[in-house]
Amino acid sequence: MQTLGIILDHYSYVITIFLMMSGLYIVAARGNMVKKLVGLSIFQTSVYLLYIEPAKILGGTAPILDPAFSVYSNPLPHVLILTAIVVGVATLALGLALAVRINEAYGTIEEDEIFERDRET
Amino acid sequence: MLLTLLAVVTMAIVRQRSLFGVAILAGIYSFVMASVLIVLDAVDVAMTEASVGAGVSTVLLLATLHLINSTETRPIRRNLLALFFSVGTGAILVWGTLILPPFGTPDAAIHKHVAPRYIADSVKETGIPNVVTSILADYRGYDTLGETTVIFTAGIGVLLLLHRARRRGRAVDEAEDRG
Repeated sequence: MQTLGIILDHYSYVITIFLMMSGLYIVAARGNMVKKLVGLSIFQTSVYLLYIEPAKILGGTAPILDPAFSVYSNPLPHVLILTAIVVGVATLALGLALAVRINEAYGTIEEDEIFERDRET
Repeated sequence: MLLTLLAVVTMAIVRQRSLFGVAILAGIYSFVMASVLIVLDAVDVAMTEASVGAGVSTVLLLATLHLINSTETRPIRRNLLALFFSVGTGAILVWGTLILPPFGTPDAAIHKHVAPRYIADSVKETGIPNVVTSILADYRGYDTLGETTVIFTAGIGVLLLLHRARRRGRAVDEAEDRG
């Protein structure tokens, strides 16, 4: 019973780590550049969850001050992750532009085909 | 629970071969993520995730697919080494979370540091009731300045890469016209 309680207390962390590892698996195992980038952004969003989850207080409310409430969730991780989201989309755009360039140069965005093309020349 | 739905969408992304499907599923993933963030009281972050993650990222992915003209990936090969590595790392991380404080407890270390001061004094010092806004624009304004620098650099990088590609394409066209 006690182990079940521990698992329930940490359920959100387990899902976060599952998302993180799925992102890592996509980046490592899939050869398509666009899919790799989607995997990378899944990894990134799991980090957002990792920051936001400890900030939540059960029974608290969003950190917008109002006399009607007294318990607020921690606002500092929210600020850090706001910055991270915007930087994340900037890096995604840069990665996609690189994929477009690679496609212009090699005619493909599959990793193994690019390596073959390199070996031929 | 929403988190489980998030995991299901992720599995679908891992299995999906059509790149168009991956782009749409990434958009759905971002919307589910935004809903989770609202449940976790992070309303500002949820708004940004819905507009930037589900909106801008999906548009960028679809634009790339339009430029690349390839919509199908190769048949999926199982990569046991990568699977083993991810599962192993995941297991170690889950083991590490066991010493973290349980979800939602108000006396965790994170809530004892600077957050109470922000909540108590930020209205007096900045006059903004939304604590996230006052930290972002006032207490941690230099972070935001650094963030805009990163976006500026990334924007210049994208422009340079795509501009060069277009010029190369035009040169090829002219050579073909002459030839």
